Amino acid sequence: MHLAYPAVLAVLLFCTGLYGVLARRNAILVLMSVELMLNAVNLNLVAFDVWLRDTLHAGQALTLFTIAIAAAEIGIGLAIVLLVYRNRGTSDVDRLRDLADPPSAGQDPMDDSMAAPTDNDADQARRARRQTA
Amino acid sequence: MTTTTAAVLVPLLPFLGAVAGLLLGRRAPGFVRPLAVLPTLAAAGLAVLVAVRQGGGAGGGTAPLTAATRLADTGSVPVDLALQIDGFAALVAVLVAVVACCVQIYSTGYLRDDPRYPSYAALVSLFTAAMLLVVYSDDLIVLLVGWEIMGICSYFLVGHYWETAAARSASLKAFLVTKLGDVPFLIGIFALAGDTGTFRISEIHTRLTSETAGMPLDHPTLIALLLLAGVAGKSAQFPLHTWLPDAMAGPTPVSALIHAATMVAAGVYVVARLLPVFASSAAALAVLAVMAAVTMVGSALAALAQDDIKRVLAYSTVGQLGYMTGALAVDDRGAAVFHLITHGAFKALLFLGAGVMIHAAGSNSLAAMSRMSGLAQRIPDAFWTMTVALLALAAIPPFAGFFSKEAVLGAAEHAATGHTSGVPEGVGWTVLLAGLLTALLTAGYAARLWLLAFRGQGEPAPDHGKQPVAMNVVLWALFLPTAALGLAYGTLPDWFDGESLTPTLTTSVLGTGLALGGALVMYGAWRHSSARARRVPLGAVAAHPEAADAVSEAEAIATHEAAYGSIAGAVDPADPGRLLLGPLHRHAAVGFHLDAVYSALFVRPVRAAARLVRFLDREVVETYVRGAGGAPRLLGAAVRRAQTGNVQTYLGALLAGSLVLAVAAVLVAAGA
Repeated sequence: MHLAYPAVLAVLLFCTGLYGVLARRNAILVLMSVELMLNAVNLNLVAFDVWLRDTLHAGQALTLFTIAIAAAEIGIGLAIVLLVYRNRGTSDVDRLRDLADPPSAGQDPMDDSMAAPTDNDADQARRARRQTA
Repeated sequence: MTTTTAAVLVPLLPFLGAVAGLLLGRRAPGFVRPLAVLPTLAAAGLAVLVAVRQGGGAGGGTAPLTAATRLADTGSVPVDLALQIDGFAALVAVLVAVVACCVQIYSTGYLRDDPRYPSYAALVSLFTAAMLLVVYSDDLIVLLVGWEIMGICSYFLVGHYWETAAARSASLKAFLVTKLGDVPFLIGIFALAGDTGTFRISEIHTRLTSETAGMPLDHPTLIALLLLAGVAGKSAQFPLHTWLPDAMAGPTPVSALIHAATMVAAGVYVVARLLPVFASSAAALAVLAVMAAVTMVGSALAALAQDDIKRVLAYSTVGQLGYMTGALAVDDRGAAVFHLITHGAFKALLFLGAGVMIHAAGSNSLAAMSRMSGLAQRIPDAFWTMTVALLALAAIPPFAGFFSKEAVLGAAEHAATGHTSGVPEGVGWTVLLAGLLTALLTAGYAARLWLLAFRGQGEPAPDHGKQPVAMNVVLWALFLPTAALGLAYGTLPDWFDGESLTPTLTTSVLGTGLALGGALVMYGAWRHSSARARRVPLGAVAAHPEAADAVSEAEAIATHEAAYGSIAGAVDPADPGRLLLGPLHRHAAVGFHLDAVYSALFVRPVRAAARLVRFLDREVVETYVRGAGGAPRLLGAAVRRAQTGNVQTYLGALLAGSLVLAVAAVLVAAGA
């Protein structure tokens, strides 16, 4: 099999993942897109390992490492998403904007990050306050 | 102990006392009073010892004691830590140390409850040390050190009641006005050293007076006038005298020490030491004479119109210092220093007595005292001693002031008739006529003070309890020289330059006659006007009569303007001074508007310049500073727009940036 086929497939997979990471609003889909990108890389590693006829099969070994790490990463990522959803009532990436600069610039930029809300009601109240301000 | 050791210890002991007082004042309150009184007492004893050992001074055969150690080899004119003790230095040091002793003892009673007494006593000691340094020093730079220490101590002590606005502004005024004179004084010292090649007073003296090494100064008039500016500031001579009456906002003992006996005497003393410099320029002598004449007459007129008893005494101090500068103008430093010593004694007594009176009457206003009967019975010690001191001030024989003032007038008459070489006759006439006129006015205001204070009619004076023994003892201690020091006129020439100080018949008769006339005219005016006193009630008395004397005084100073309309005068139609001065009274009460003139000439231009500087700073310089801060702030606001909080945007930007970098790297690697 020609190297082009897996390489093109990897590029397509990677671009799909990249699009998902940049454009999807659901955090779980963003995580899935990250997996797509990782697997595109895995595919490349295996394909080039075969193409290079590596006696040590370093590409395949590295792929195994990547898969293990990806499993751990997705476990932690999903746990974070779950907790965010419990706290905020949403997993919409567009609405998780705690890193934004507060609109009343210059007063106390540390305000939002310091006073992390603990439940939905507080989050709603804070958002309402921000809109009226 | 050698005389030199004793002489070194005289300024050193009060200095060490001051340092110890400042260091231990808070931790060991029990040591404050001994530390204040004992070093000064010891210094007085040593000063007397030095004077006795040096007895006779330059004129009587004993050579002046001179000792020196090189302090700084400046490369051109060296600075020496030198002392020279001739008759002048020995006697003035005794006066300073004795008056300082009296003041320290008096202060233990006067400021007995004052929370700031430790620092006060230490500053008085430091002040005494500085004045003694000025008196003993033979080097002009060392003298200047003492001179400036006195200036700063005066600032602190005048501002002792800094809770009152009058004291705050008075201390600043005293400091600034004396500094205004000190700058030309410093330049004058340098010019003098440049001409003579030495800072040593004794060497300058030798070079200018001995015929063999006769080396006249290159610029005698310039140097003399520069030095004169500093002397006018320190000795409160016209036109720099305005700080002294205001400085009465300080505690009474401070007035007695600083503004009667020592600090103001420093200026006269320095001229006496450097008299050959002044004598080598007839123009300087003429300026000195005119300054003395204006000061004498003006201050005597102003003293007639003052209501605050201490301001009367302050203006009289200015006038008596005018006599001393007058004597210096006619080239007779013996008479000047003789008057300095007797004046130091009786003026210290007058001020300390005035402190007792202010407490007993609960007011510093003569208008209030003239509406009180029996003040003399309440404070018999102060009454008797002050009566004699006022007689001495008015130059009534046989008290001290008579002899010293006659010595001045005699010297002036000597010069006026052309018997003093190097002194123009006009100078002599100026001093003589001004002196005689001032003798009349002095007796007038002395009589006014006595009549208003001790012959008041109306409510009996309030009973504020007995005065502390420490204060009364001091009054009687100063009473002795006030009454009898003048009789030393026969032996004093041996201490000085040897010129006779004996009163001459013409000036004695004229002076005494004018003084008696002034007192009688004042008595007549008082008889005429005192009847009105009952119809116009006036007066405010202290709120805390049982507290220490200083409290009464601070309250009196703080309330005088509110109660009588002005810090200096009072609207009292029963005042005989008002009757005699007529339309002049209004101007005399405010010191002939000199403060207003200074305000228009100096204060307002300086304020306007300060406003200009403020405008330039706030509006011009600050605009650049704000711009330097504002531009990054605007840029930052633009950058903050990008910070939306959307992670995906950030990642998109990151990707775009990486792509650009990658393309660039590829292009560079390809060599495009």
